[in-house]
Amino acid sequence: MILSFGWNGPLSGLVCGVLFGYVLQRGGLGNGCRLSAQLRLQDWTVFNVMFTAILVAASGLYVLELAGLVRQTDLFVPTTYLWATLLGGALIGTGMSVGGYCPGTSIVGAAAGRLDGIVFFVGLIIGVFLFAGIYDRIAPMLTAAAGPEAQTLGQLLGLPVWAVLALLIGCAVAVSWFTRRTGTSPSITCAD
Amino acid sequence: MRQRPIWNAYLAGAALGLVLLLTFVLTGHGLGASGAPTAVAAAASDVLAPTATQGNGYLGPMVAEGNNPLNSWIVWEVLGMGIGALLAAWWSGRLRLRVEGAPRFGTGGRLALALFGGIASGFGARVSAGCTSGLGLSGAATLATAGFVFLIGFFGFGLLTGLLTRRMWQ
Repeated sequence: MILSFGWNGPLSGLVCGVLFGYVLQRGGLGNGCRLSAQLRLQDWTVFNVMFTAILVAASGLYVLELAGLVRQTDLFVPTTYLWATLLGGALIGTGMSVGGYCPGTSIVGAAAGRLDGIVFFVGLIIGVFLFAGIYDRIAPMLTAAAGPEAQTLGQLLGLPVWAVLALLIGCAVAVSWFTRRTGTSPSITCAD
Repeated sequence: MRQRPIWNAYLAGAALGLVLLLTFVLTGHGLGASGAPTAVAAAASDVLAPTATQGNGYLGPMVAEGNNPLNSWIVWEVLGMGIGALLAAWWSGRLRLRVEGAPRFGTGGRLALALFGGIASGFGARVSAGCTSGLGLSGAATLATAGFVFLIGFFGFGLLTGLLTRRMWQ
C-alpha cells in the first residue's frame, strides 16, 4: 500500500495550514523580535524548532519509505539553481533581520494582531510585482548553475540516507549544545 | 487573560515535523507560504491591468486561459495558517493589536522597516522559487540539496545583516 494520497484540494490546504499556523504561533515564531534575534545570535529558537522539525520529518519519511508506504518519487524534491537559491535565501534573511519576519511567519505574527506583520505581508506582494517587472531581464540568471534535478544530499555526498540523517542530527545536537546558554530567551519582547 | 508560555523549542519542532510529515503523506509536497502573496499579486494585477498582466513573462502564465491563481492549495493553506495562528494566539492570551519591531524606532519607522523587509523577502522568494517554509523547511525535510543551499544563503547572509543591524534592535 502507498500512502501518498495526492490530496490537493481546499480542505487539505486548510487542515495542513491550521496545524502549521497553530504550531508556529505556540512555538513563539510569530514574534518578529525573537525571529530576528536568531540572526543576531541572541536567541536560538528558530534554529532549534526548524532543525528539529526537519529531522523529525526527514526521519519519518525515511521510515515510511523503508516500510514501503511512501515512494521518494512521489514527493516533490526541489532542484538547486546555485545563484538563485543562494540569492533568494540571502534576501529573505535580510528581510528577516530588518523587518522581523519571513513570508510564513509574517502571517503568524499578523494573526496575533501585529500590524507590522500585516505590513510585511503587503511588502511581500510589492516584492512580487517588482520581480515580475524585471523577470524577462533576469530570467537566465534564475536557472544558471543548475544542479542535477531533484538532487538530495545523499546523492551529492554519495552517502546512504541513514548516514546523512545521522550527520545532520549530529550537527544539530552540537549546535544546540554549544548555544544552550542562549537557547530560547525568556526576555525577548518587543513590547514598546 | 494570563499569557501561556510558548512551547519548548524541541517539542514545537517535533510537532512541526509531524505536521510537515502529515502534509507530505496527504499531498506529496511540503508546507509553503510565499506562493500565496504571489497568487494575490497575480490576481490583483489581472484585475487592475489585465493586458499587461497577461503579457508579463512571470504573471502571465498564472492567469492564462481564465485561470484564477487564488484557487490553489497554497492559498488555502495560508488561509488555514492565519486561522490556526489566530486560534493559538487567542488560546495563549497573546491576541492584541500592536506594532512591534526594532525598539530604536517609533511606529512609523517600524512599519517602514517591515515594509522594506517584506519587499526584500517577497522579491527574494521569487528569485529562489520558495521561502523559509517551502525550501528551507520542506525542501530540507526531503534532504534536497536545494533546501540546504537555501539555508546557507538565509543564515549566512542573514547573520551578516543581523549583526550589522544589531544596534537598532537594542
